[in-house]
Amino acid sequence: MSERPVRIAQITCGAEYSGIQNEITSAAETVGAQMFYPDVALADVKTAYKEFGLPVKSPDLKLAIARAKAVVEGKIEADGIFIASCFRCAEAAIVRNELRRYIVEHSRIPVVSYSFNERTGSSTLLTRLEALSTIAKRRELMAREVQTGITMGVDSGSSTTKCIIMKDNEIVGTGWRPTTEVLKSADEVIELALAESGLKMSDIEAIGTTGYGRFLIGKHLNADLIQEELTVNSKGAVYLADAQKGFATVIDIGGMDNKAISVNDGIPGSFTMGGICAGASGRFLEMTSKRLGVDITELGALSMKSDGGEGVPMNSYCIVFGTQSLVNALAAGYKREDVAAAACHSVAQQVYEQQLQEVDIKEPVIMVGGSSLIQGLVRAMGRMLKTEIVVPHHSQYIGAVGAALISSGFVGKKRAEKKGRK
Amino acid sequence: MAKVFIYPATSLMLSDLVSRFGHTPLGSSVSIREHIQTPGFDSPPLQMTSEDPQKGLKWAAVEVPSGVRGRMSLYGPLVEEAEAAIIIDEPDLAFGCMGCARTNELLAFMLREKDMPRLELRHPKSKEEGVTFVAQIKKFLSELPGGSA
Repeated sequence: MSERPVRIAQITCGAEYSGIQNEITSAAETVGAQMFYPDVALADVKTAYKEFGLPVKSPDLKLAIARAKAVVEGKIEADGIFIASCFRCAEAAIVRNELRRYIVEHSRIPVVSYSFNERTGSSTLLTRLEALSTIAKRRELMAREVQTGITMGVDSGSSTTKCIIMKDNEIVGTGWRPTTEVLKSADEVIELALAESGLKMSDIEAIGTTGYGRFLIGKHLNADLIQEELTVNSKGAVYLADAQKGFATVIDIGGMDNKAISVNDGIPGSFTMGGICAGASGRFLEMTSKRLGVDITELGALSMKSDGGEGVPMNSYCIVFGTQSLVNALAAGYKREDVAAAACHSVAQQVYEQQLQEVDIKEPVIMVGGSSLIQGLVRAMGRMLKTEIVVPHHSQYIGAVGAALISSGFVGKKRAEKKGRK
Repeated sequence: MAKVFIYPATSLMLSDLVSRFGHTPLGSSVSIREHIQTPGFDSPPLQMTSEDPQKGLKWAAVEVPSGVRGRMSLYGPLVEEAEAAIIIDEPDLAFGCMGCARTNELLAFMLREKDMPRLELRHPKSKEEGVTFVAQIKKFLSELPGGSA
């Protein structure tokens, strides 16, 4: 019997008229999910909209409110909710945000919100819908809190490739290399991790892959788990930060995109992934370190010599203008450490303004990924959110840790199958 | 016979009234019918592509949301073609509804800007208002060139 597709309620305004409905449907089909419009009666629209209490003018947004209410109240069943509206529509942005908040507060249905334009393609939507689908389909696997057996996680990121080997709930091997050729980089980090652990490839009982190269590497390694980084990273983060119970917020400022995930009992509830501009990503900090003549690993220490660099004019909304600010600041005689700190502050500010408004920030706030090792960035984010940010050990390996942890859910079954064959 | 843009463009009642009085209604049924190629006669305009919001740039700038521009690619040509317009303010959702308030504001403005006969009415709230409402539309349509009484 074939598996029931994951049903994702589509609560959108403007998707058809932006010409991206086919992209949404296509991305959902790729991850084995099915989009559907929650069916509501005209009379229900009027009632639900009034009850919700947010006065809006656009009838499609009134419909969106009614649809969200119908799903949350259980009148219509859905495994996940996808809320999206046109980029640059202020009215829709307010509704989208309030609906996401309402869904998170009144249900356990995973939700992702997104703003699109006509250029939004299925590949952009894929990871988001895959994450929704994963949370719905693999809730049991996602609930895993302890790693068992010997497992490997490989995270193929846009900047770096990471490998982690875990044995009986301990990290025993690590590997980290810049991503060049996807498979070659993966083989290199695996070799490093195996050497550190003193284990052989044949000792590995289950493998999980994540990140941009997950499908290619997953196929290459015959992985048990090939999973997008939103769910894997959040799982790895709460595991390493020992925050598997209750609420937590995970922030991962990556080389190419950023993720902000609101987690409840170890399972992502709502998340956002952007996408805004390279100026608000780890890429800008890489450029900063190059311009300042330090290695990226030294940028954190350099920025901590400054009090925060808030007096330095810096706007990294766009990487080109950000670089211009950088050059101007140095030419104006600002100290290198102040410029480094200002760059960290600018990235944190962009992420805060553009992305963190899309999730509910609940403590502890955990920062992960390679950028979490840049202390100036962590400090800037902490000041912005007025909280002490948690950076767990091995935070730069977060995706690989999450993949190794979740894939250990396959160990028991594989051992039983092996025993049965003997 | 005049080409009359109806607002809301989805209103079947307005479309029917315009036709009954010998004119051509310009509304969703026209733009969507012309747009549909496949898969069926009753399909909604899901086959709109990213090209459509680009076409909409003729009526709305690039900073305007893509959904507005996509809608304008359907309605913009009809406004240009229109020789008269009927605009119903604050219509009930059941009367005929256009989903995006920003598009609606832009459309109503474009119709008001165009030098052509225009009738603007508030959506009726009672039976009595309804009778007057239909009578006013009838009078307007009858007085248009080529209109039948």
